[in-house]
Amino acid sequence: MPAVLFYILSAVMLAAALLVVLQTHPVYSVVFAIISFVSLAGLFLILGAEFIAAAQIIVYTGAIMVLFLFVIMLLNLRREDIEERGVSLMKTAGSIGTLVLLGLLGGVLAGKISLGPQGPFSQEVIRQAGNTQAVGRALFTDFLFPFEATSVLIFVALVGVVILAKKKL
Amino acid sequence: MSVLWWLVTLLKVGVIFGAVLGIVAYMTLAERKVSGRIQLRFGPNRVGPFGLLQPLADGLKLMFKEDVIPDHVDKVIYVLAPAISTIAAFASYAVIPIGPPTDFFGLLPEPVPLQIADVNIGILYIFALSSMGVYGIVLAGWSSNNKYSLLGGLRSAAQMISYELSLGMSIVGVLMMSHSLSLTRVVEDQSNLWYVFLQPLGFVIFLIAAFAETNRLPFDLPEAEPELVAGYHTEYSSMKFSLFFMSEYAAMFTISAMAVTLYFGGWQGLPGLGSLGIPPVLWFVGKVVFFLFFFLWVRWTLPRFRYDQLMNLGWKVFLPLSLLNILLTGLGLVLLE
Repeated sequence: MPAVLFYILSAVMLAAALLVVLQTHPVYSVVFAIISFVSLAGLFLILGAEFIAAAQIIVYTGAIMVLFLFVIMLLNLRREDIEERGVSLMKTAGSIGTLVLLGLLGGVLAGKISLGPQGPFSQEVIRQAGNTQAVGRALFTDFLFPFEATSVLIFVALVGVVILAKKKL
Repeated sequence: MSVLWWLVTLLKVGVIFGAVLGIVAYMTLAERKVSGRIQLRFGPNRVGPFGLLQPLADGLKLMFKEDVIPDHVDKVIYVLAPAISTIAAFASYAVIPIGPPTDFFGLLPEPVPLQIADVNIGILYIFALSSMGVYGIVLAGWSSNNKYSLLGGLRSAAQMISYELSLGMSIVGVLMMSHSLSLTRVVEDQSNLWYVFLQPLGFVIFLIAAFAETNRLPFDLPEAEPELVAGYHTEYSSMKFSLFFMSEYAAMFTISAMAVTLYFGGWQGLPGLGSLGIPPVLWFVGKVVFFLFFFLWVRWTLPRFRYDQLMNLGWKVFLPLSLLNILLTGLGLVLLE
């Protein structure tokens, strides 16, 4: 059963991710990105990582994509606007992305990129401790410094945005 | 997972879904009855005894109305939006416990929990679904290709994101005390003392944010009729319109059920007095009905806020207060343990 679900969810996720890029209309791109994120949350659920699945939906689908949609709606972006502006930029970015993807695929196929060593959190350990508890413990013990450093980083970004957006406070 | 498990689960899904649909239908009647009484009128009383068949008549009317899809809309998203709203609103009930495990008077070999699924991230599940519900409204506003709808959609997106934050932060206090995200655990922890007595500040923030989250007066700016016609559902008709209508009432029921579960002991009886011989399911339903009435009561009592007041209140008052609540709860837990 999980294997079948895995293939269905991965197929939906990849197809949606592809459609995000292939769509010319920004709102449709956002909708497909949402579908892709929700499928990804499903994959986390199969792995027994309920907390990560919920966080994936709440943070990425619920907050970040809503902001994307918000901006697109506010600017009322249409197909023509995008075709006029920055096509060369999109082409450059796209070709860099393609090169990186091909490099990664080549690395995997040549056997140069392999899985890292197995950490202490196997599926059984997580199932016993509870995913939320396991993530919480890891975040606030082993990874306390990176965790706090990230929050400072985000705070700095936030203050930076306010200063850039509102020159006269 | 035996055949019996599947049968019981399907039955639970059917019964709870049916009950929610019934409550949503009768909420529309209750809304008009309560508003009538508050304004010294009778409210609908022509269809059936005391107007009790009014929701049925309304449902039939809505179903037989012509379903107009205007020419200028983005058809795919226009049709998708009400579906997203409805699914997000109705799927939330899956994790709300409506009673203790029961074997139905010896009918079943072992007790089953009166909850469709006791997932250990119950609260996060509800938040995830309610954050998906925003899309229904935003996409409806955008796809209608109408400036009133668009403004309504934008307002609702901004409002729901802002208040989701206060809502989420306000219940962190409860989670810190119960040490669990599972709603069953939260209810079991409240057998002696309801969390509302331990978390008064958190509860007040939760309740006020709940009004904003469900787009109800005094925070119903996404559909403020003097400014925005009907907001995001201006262009919708027939059953598509009623899907939005139903999901608004379903969201009210979800948030009432959450308030009862998180702060008022769920299906538990009165603190100290026990259940007084009343079945736990009735305790749960009674408390939820009180909160639903409270929603109506507030709607017909308070005027609407202005949009900037609403946003200022959310970001500058409720968010700092909910953070303070977390700090106080943490201090209390450390000092008492």
